[in-house]
Amino acid sequence: MAREMTDVRLDVGGASQARPGSAAAAFRPSEPVAIEVENLSLWYGKKRALTNVSLAIPRNRVTALIGPSGCGKSTLLRCLNRMNDLIPGVRIEGTVRYHGVDIYGKDVDPVEVRRRIGMVFQKPNPFPKSIYDNVAFGARVNGYRGNLDELVERCLRRAALWDEVKDDLKKSGLALSGGQQQRLCIARALANDPDVILMDEPCSALDPIATLKIEDLMRELAEQYTIVIVTHNMQQAARVSDYTAFLLTDEETPGQLIEYAPTQELFTRPKDRRTEDYIRGRFG
Amino acid sequence: MALEMERPAAGAPSLRATGRVARRQALSRASYWVLFAVAVSGLGVLAFLAYDTIQLGGARLVHDWPSFLTNYASRFPERAGVRAAVLGTAWVIGLTVLFTVPVGVGTAIWLEEFAPRNRLVQVVRLNISNLAGVPSIIYGILGLALFSRLLGLGPSILTGALTLSLMVLPIVVITSSEAIRQVPSSIRDASFALGATRWQTVWHHVLPGAVPGIMTGVILAVSRAIGEAAALIMIGAFAFVSFDPVSWRDRFTVLPIQIYDWTLRPGELFKPEAAAAIIVLMAVVLTLNLTAAYVRQRFRQD
Repeated sequence: MAREMTDVRLDVGGASQARPGSAAAAFRPSEPVAIEVENLSLWYGKKRALTNVSLAIPRNRVTALIGPSGCGKSTLLRCLNRMNDLIPGVRIEGTVRYHGVDIYGKDVDPVEVRRRIGMVFQKPNPFPKSIYDNVAFGARVNGYRGNLDELVERCLRRAALWDEVKDDLKKSGLALSGGQQQRLCIARALANDPDVILMDEPCSALDPIATLKIEDLMRELAEQYTIVIVTHNMQQAARVSDYTAFLLTDEETPGQLIEYAPTQELFTRPKDRRTEDYIRGRFG
Repeated sequence: MALEMERPAAGAPSLRATGRVARRQALSRASYWVLFAVAVSGLGVLAFLAYDTIQLGGARLVHDWPSFLTNYASRFPERAGVRAAVLGTAWVIGLTVLFTVPVGVGTAIWLEEFAPRNRLVQVVRLNISNLAGVPSIIYGILGLALFSRLLGLGPSILTGALTLSLMVLPIVVITSSEAIRQVPSSIRDASFALGATRWQTVWHHVLPGAVPGIMTGVILAVSRAIGEAAALIMIGAFAFVSFDPVSWRDRFTVLPIQIYDWTLRPGELFKPEAAAAIIVLMAVVLTLNLTAAYVRQRFRQD
């Protein structure tokens, strides 16, 4: 299902000669890599959403994906833990290697991939269950054998939520404020002991103070986890990320990687004019 | 369309409704009364029917309490009761629920969560909706041919329950599908992203979220089945039963058939009995509805 290589292959070959921005996009961080995306293309039915994206995501760093709406950054993020498999009519070409293993490979089970590569969504989506059960769910379905109480406390502490909820673990997760809900979702993701955490615009539904807390948390978590974040907010990318990738959809090529560089560099000395236009606020 | 606003020349502006605003407000006020009249006329007819029935049968029910419930059918109105019909209804509806809920909910889960999106599944879906509109007598004929004759079950409780199950299955499937679709996809995403399998996602999140809607469907189905006479007459249910049904192999009658039989008797003789039996039937349906409302409330998560 994942990869059919029929007529579209030819199309790709033709386009790849003039792959836009490939010089700037060819940057590769000189540190250990957690996820390596290679020539990734994706179609929703007949509509193409990603075109030949290649980038290496370094371990224990925060990597930001930025770009205007519809540029494919969320799509790219959802490819990294095979969440796109759940959408009917999706077709993917290329490889995504997680510590060297192609997660779209033959013997790979998407459930195992998602256990190791966790995800936090744009709108906080706690289960309509207690705070405790929210955090314990991932561990339970994955057959965790240790002490659940300890695990729940550890994850809530790590997500900087413990002090606010420790007396109320039976309360519904939906009774929390938006920012707390999002930290609950982060705690929930941590309970699986993942290695990578994907965050899809995790602050876009939050107020500035809650946003700040999540950003602080991201910096902290980066010491132990590899974090990939999609964001609309360029200041946020500049504040929290170590590396930034800029994606763009134009008339000819949907979802292309224009430029990928250390965050500092991309924001101060963009190599591509389109990157510069975007970060200067000339479009998007 | 440009809105021409009158600017107040000076002083306090007049905020009274005039011109177009006044007309729109008048229409809005009129709609209140029209809709109120529609609601009252519908409920009024129902109230009148309930009043008429209670007037006719209430005394019979209370006067001979509880013998009307504990007596079998009889040639003599004053000795007649609904014992066999109530027990028959309990048997048939109990088995119908037992068959319909797992099959109906299971079908809905498969259609919504597991089935591939192809032409065949689309056709199946469409036809389930069509089946919900098939007259009950057709199901009676099917039950007679398939369960009673072909499988040799005869006019038994089991045949009745299977026939009614077929009849209400589409209702359960459609309402359950609807309820499952109402569960927000963000919940599914969250579950999958935590490494849950599809079945774990369905079991832990989709089903609990869909229970209130599924209960509504089950109640609709039971309400339809419990009032059904035609299909059961078709498969050969008795009208006159003077023994307790004790197994699924027994012959039986149900409340609607008993009511139908009494109303067919010549003259006014059995009219109060029919009305009293209707009151019993309504009481049963009301009890079931309240139970379902309670379950819905318990499962409503917020």
